[in-house]
Amino acid sequence: MAVWQALELVAKQPETPTAATLRFAPDRWPGHRAGQHVDVRLTADDGYQAQRSYSIASAPEDGALALTVERLDDGEVSPYLVDDMALGDALELRGPIGGWFVWDVADGGPLLLVGGGSGVVPLMAMLRHRRAAGAAVPARLLLSARTVQDILYADELHALGAGDDGPEVTITLTRGAPPGWSGYDRRVDQELLAAVAWPPPQRPRVYVCGPTAFVEEVAADLVALGHDPGLVKTERFGPTGGG
Amino acid sequence: MERLDGNAAAGLLQEVFAREMTVAIETCAGCGTSEALGAVHVYMGGPGTVLRCPHCSTILMCIVRVGEELRVDLGGLRRIELR
Repeated sequence: MAVWQALELVAKQPETPTAATLRFAPDRWPGHRAGQHVDVRLTADDGYQAQRSYSIASAPEDGALALTVERLDDGEVSPYLVDDMALGDALELRGPIGGWFVWDVADGGPLLLVGGGSGVVPLMAMLRHRRAAGAAVPARLLLSARTVQDILYADELHALGAGDDGPEVTITLTRGAPPGWSGYDRRVDQELLAAVAWPPPQRPRVYVCGPTAFVEEVAADLVALGHDPGLVKTERFGPTGGG
Repeated sequence: MERLDGNAAAGLLQEVFAREMTVAIETCAGCGTSEALGAVHVYMGGPGTVLRCPHCSTILMCIVRVGEELRVDLGGLRRIELR
């Protein structure tokens, strides 16, 4: 049973101009599964509380608990976490939470991960888990980002994709690609999914995470292409990403 | 109000049921279809958290926090299978 615990920030690393990874070292942590999230609660001096959910970015095999947070300019919580929270500052956190949008190596594959923006965070936990477990489960990641600067974990994804048994990583940019860009440069649609996804007869396990509209369009397109709705798991985080 | 899904309510559901609930299978009292609670539609912008059937939009469950109390209406659920 997840209870609230106060945790100090032990490390922080910028990922993109608008996102950072925050690391915590909880004393009481039952271990997590790739795809789970935590609830974070901030309390103002006047007692006002704001609560948000953030996906866990680290693999279960990783000792620390890492969250990657995207700053939303009109958010109540994310600007503090990304810009202002300093090492040693504390927040309240409960977790790990969730059991449906999770993937364990034992679940097998092939695995198709489709992320929009910071929706890639729980999918990254799955890929990190796959690597840490030394698993060769066939895996493909399709990541939609606005621009090159917005791609989370770009170097790590490149290295993962280049490795033996690495996942096939496909990135599409929706707001313009730089000269020489070799990936896609358009929104995810049925045609792009048909090109990237495992064929439906292979019955891939599909995880889609991102803003609500993105997730619902991708899920509908996958079902239209013949994928079993029962194998398509979705996680929506709304247009505000939870703030 | 933005539509989310049962994953977003997982922490709250855990408060109510004292166990992980997104893998539990609900059956809608309105249309009779079954889904994992992780897959139902969730709206969190109002005074409470509302879970709706993704097929017929019946309100399955409504959870409102009043001070320290949680008030839970389960009127749209025919059954829940705990897994």
